[in-house]
Amino acid sequence: MHARADAPAENAQSWPEDIFGVLQRFDVRQVPYVPDAGHSQLIERVLGAPSMRAVPLTTEEEGVALLAGAWAGGQRGVLLMQSSGVGNCVNMLSLTQIFRFPFLTLVTMRGEWGEFNPWQVPMGSSTQGVFELSGIKVLRASSPDEVRDVMEAAAAQAYNACTPTAVLLSQRLIGTKVFVK
Amino acid sequence: MSKTNLLERRSVVSSLLKDRKDAVVVGGLGASTYDITAAGDHDRNFYLWGAMGGAVMIGLGIALAQPKLPVVVITGDGEMLMGMGSLATVGLQKPGNLTIVVLDNEVYGETGGQASHTGASTDLVGIARCCGIADAHDLATMAEIEAFAAEMHDISSGPRFASVKIDPANLERVLSNRDGAFIVNRIRGALGYQPI
Repeated sequence: MHARADAPAENAQSWPEDIFGVLQRFDVRQVPYVPDAGHSQLIERVLGAPSMRAVPLTTEEEGVALLAGAWAGGQRGVLLMQSSGVGNCVNMLSLTQIFRFPFLTLVTMRGEWGEFNPWQVPMGSSTQGVFELSGIKVLRASSPDEVRDVMEAAAAQAYNACTPTAVLLSQRLIGTKVFVK
Repeated sequence: MSKTNLLERRSVVSSLLKDRKDAVVVGGLGASTYDITAAGDHDRNFYLWGAMGGAVMIGLGIALAQPKLPVVVITGDGEMLMGMGSLATVGLQKPGNLTIVVLDNEVYGETGGQASHTGASTDLVGIARCCGIADAHDLATMAEIEAFAAEMHDISSGPRFASVKIDPANLERVLSNRDGAFIVNRIRGALGYQPI
């Protein structure tokens, strides 16, 4: 079990770069997010990318609606959030079936793999089930060397086949948050 | 709040959309979608039959994707209350081409007329302004509505927000198409995009 650094610049990792590369190749333009430490390196890359529009949200469900609008307007997007935010999206996830639009979300997992905070466990434990009940296909990456392939597959089926897809980025991958040193 | 000089909702919406040109129009769940339909079906109309609280965010997604087109969200006070955070998100992005109009009848008309927060305590114009949407005000006369309808086409001066106090009478429903995939693909087609 490895611990996560809260300051990503001091400990840059390769897998967020793999994600960013796939998003660029698939011409993803709108990137709504609720911040999470596990997404911090990717968010920095998006904020620095002229072709991408980072859209900070007040709650995750806003991002589902934003991506539906983006698609109507001719652009692809991806929603970045933490597992606890998935529950905030449930009714809005209806839009993925109603519009059959290319929905892709990348979810950093909490509540598993050595979690310290019990409040993260209930939603983290039901994240995959909530997606599946909502008609969203779930893929998971747990080690750095599989992130690129999982992202390629997720982006391809979301954008080419309009198959709503969530990629769960395991807590084992992002590192367990350290509260007490 | 004042109950005098309430405007008639269908007249307000038909005035806003009378000379809509190339605008894309998003209608919130409930009566505002019926009002937009009553003003005339259009291949750039984005009707919502669900997703309560999502109208402004759908409008923002379109506005960011199509910065040269006016995008107009017309919704009700109940739908807006459910998506108040989206006003903060719009205030941060500041899309010049986005206009939000709330038809405020101070009740949840679709579910039996239960009182909403706007009739007693909540000031949506104040909320919009405090979220960074500087151009936020009430529209109280049809002359103001007509002037605002022209302003909506200035894609450099938004985002703008307007609240219109309307008569709470429930009017006959004018039903729009409710097939979401058709609605979205029709808009995409009108903007020059093909189905996958």
